[in-house]
Amino acid sequence: MRSPKYYRGSSDGRRPLAGDPVAKVQSHYDVVVVGSGLGGLTAANVLARNGHRVALFEQHYNLGGLATWFKRPGERTETGRGQGHLFDISLHGFPVGMKKTCRKYWTPEIAGAIHRLEGVRFSNPQFDLETDFTRADFTRLLVEHFGLESARVTGFYDTLAQMDFFDPPNATIGDLFEEHFPGRNDVHRLLLEAISYANGSSLGDPAIAYAIVFTNFMSQGIFTFRGGTDWLVRSMRAELLRHGVELFHDAPVERILVHTREPRVTGVLVGGREVRANVVISNANVLSTVQRLVGEEHFDVDFVRQTRAVRLNTASCQVYFGMRASQGLPWITDLLMDSTAPTFASEALREFPGHSRTFSFYYPSVRPEGPARHAIVASLNARYEDWAPLDQPSYEAKKAQLAEHTLAALERHLPDARARVEHVEVATPRTFAFYTGHPSGTSFGTKFEGLDVSQRLPEQIAGLFHAGSVGIIMSGWLGAANYGAIVANRADALLHSLVQAAEDPHLKSPL
Amino acid sequence: MTRDEIAIAIKDIISQIAPDEDLGNLDPKVRLRDQIELDSMDFLDIVMELRKLYGVQVPEADYKELATLEGCANYLEAHLADKELHCASNA
Ligand SMILES: Cc1cc2nc3c(=O)[nH]c(=O)nc-3n(C[C@H](O)[C@H](O)[C@H](O)COP(=O)(O)OP(=O)(O)OC[C@H]3O[C@@H](n4cnc5c(N)ncnc54)[C@H](O)[C@@H]3O)c2cc1C
Repeated sequence: MRSPKYYRGSSDGRRPLAGDPVAKVQSHYDVVVVGSGLGGLTAANVLARNGHRVALFEQHYNLGGLATWFKRPGERTETGRGQGHLFDISLHGFPVGMKKTCRKYWTPEIAGAIHRLEGVRFSNPQFDLETDFTRADFTRLLVEHFGLESARVTGFYDTLAQMDFFDPPNATIGDLFEEHFPGRNDVHRLLLEAISYANGSSLGDPAIAYAIVFTNFMSQGIFTFRGGTDWLVRSMRAELLRHGVELFHDAPVERILVHTREPRVTGVLVGGREVRANVVISNANVLSTVQRLVGEEHFDVDFVRQTRAVRLNTASCQVYFGMRASQGLPWITDLLMDSTAPTFASEALREFPGHSRTFSFYYPSVRPEGPARHAIVASLNARYEDWAPLDQPSYEAKKAQLAEHTLAALERHLPDARARVEHVEVATPRTFAFYTGHPSGTSFGTKFEGLDVSQRLPEQIAGLFHAGSVGIIMSGWLGAANYGAIVANRADALLHSLVQAAEDPHLKSPL
Repeated sequence: MTRDEIAIAIKDIISQIAPDEDLGNLDPKVRLRDQIELDSMDFLDIVMELRKLYGVQVPEADYKELATLEGCANYLEAHLADKELHCASNA
């Protein structure tokens, strides 16, 4: 087998690396973070700020995980300067809470770049409407447009507010909707469609997960970054370096190493080297962490059984359209939930080629510093199994079919779209699996039950933590970043007690 | 630290976490989150700062003890008796 350290992701497969990506690594750190998604980055920053020595390894050449971007060349201007396209993978929207999270765990500049989307639109056979996605506006729509009594709407919001994470109801999202708005599929669509795209939720998932995420969005609407993901990740990188984090990209961690008898983590194996650490925080998928990076043999049988029962969350397809600079783009909206399905079913969002997708419209105001470029990105929930078994020609043909199908959908909102498009590219669950290593290319970690497994890791193996999309509520930009901070706090507590134990020989070491 | 100093220490930490809040008239007996905008993530930050500044460990099961300023003084009094007050905002 060829050593993975000499190969890195690229659009055409894996290609040799010139140097050794971990040449400068030291033999010991307080903390090793595996993966540079928002969870991993935030945990690394919080711990480094608290004075711990942190190394972060990312297998891809870019930082950011699913919150990353890529570049493609575009048409040349008269001056001969290329005007490339920048595509953000997952910069569609998050709740206002991200502002506070970035201020506390990152910088005021990053927090200051967060601003509200101006337009959110739904377009489907049941309704076509604009909203700012706040409680006030949804209440207005539910009363005026959907003809509900305002007391019924208030009752629904009250129920959401009263749900307690530590004492959750047994109800599913479907139960919740049927109780408050029986038989109103159109209302269910308004309430769930956007959230299904944002974190893979379906009607069968626990109502508590929906209540938390939906309430976060409803507080002030949907927010995004000015400057694009490239600016964001560059700013985060600068902050990490300022706090002394050692960053390694093109560096897949092969194993998380554990001391079997105790049991506790001892470090990681990366690029064929052993790097020791008291704490290892895995930002890889929680199932990969247990089953691949650590190995099931290191956990007790009940925990292994519990882990095997965790369901992965949905995967995605995306279609990226780079638009010709010369033609500009008329204002349509920022975020469009588009569907031709006559009624709503969350599972149907994953069908191929399907009837539903979101369009995110990126105007030059997203990147005020760069050349004035427009891009449109369609995102679809998808199933890995629909793509996994295809040979290369069938895979390419299916991607082309999806691009064509999506362009036709776009033409309903932008009639001359075809003439305006300069570059089209398709990502599938296979693409996401390739770039992140996530099983089945999952976009949002796991279903609800994964959260308990993630939180119980340190009980199984001291010093082992997971911080990344899991359990629906800890996924998405806000969930992943907050979870990074939550886990950093737990790791910080452990590292503190280790220092105290070392200073006081009478105290028993927590490891 | 005295009980009064503990309240000052807590308010100083909160002023970093929630810079827009007015902390002048906090009622020590009323839950902090009923008086100012503090969510569970903010309580986690308070705990992290207490650990960093004063080396005190608050287990997650005890976070609820910190709900009011008076609760903070009760819970932390013994832990912080031999610690000097130093304000994060001047650190
Ligand atoms: C198409 C799409 C659209 C989305 N849209 C939105 C949106 O609009 N709003 C929103 O809030 N969220 C959105 N999300 C979800 C959001 O992007 C993710 O929840 C979030 O970015 C995940 O962060 P994370 O910390 O879980 O890590 P991830 O981003 O999943 O990153 C994990 C990292 O770990 C690395 N890694 C894995 N294994 C190893 C290893 N062994 N060694 C080294 N590195 C390793 C991977 O390469 C990756 O970089 C979207 C996701 C997708 C796919």
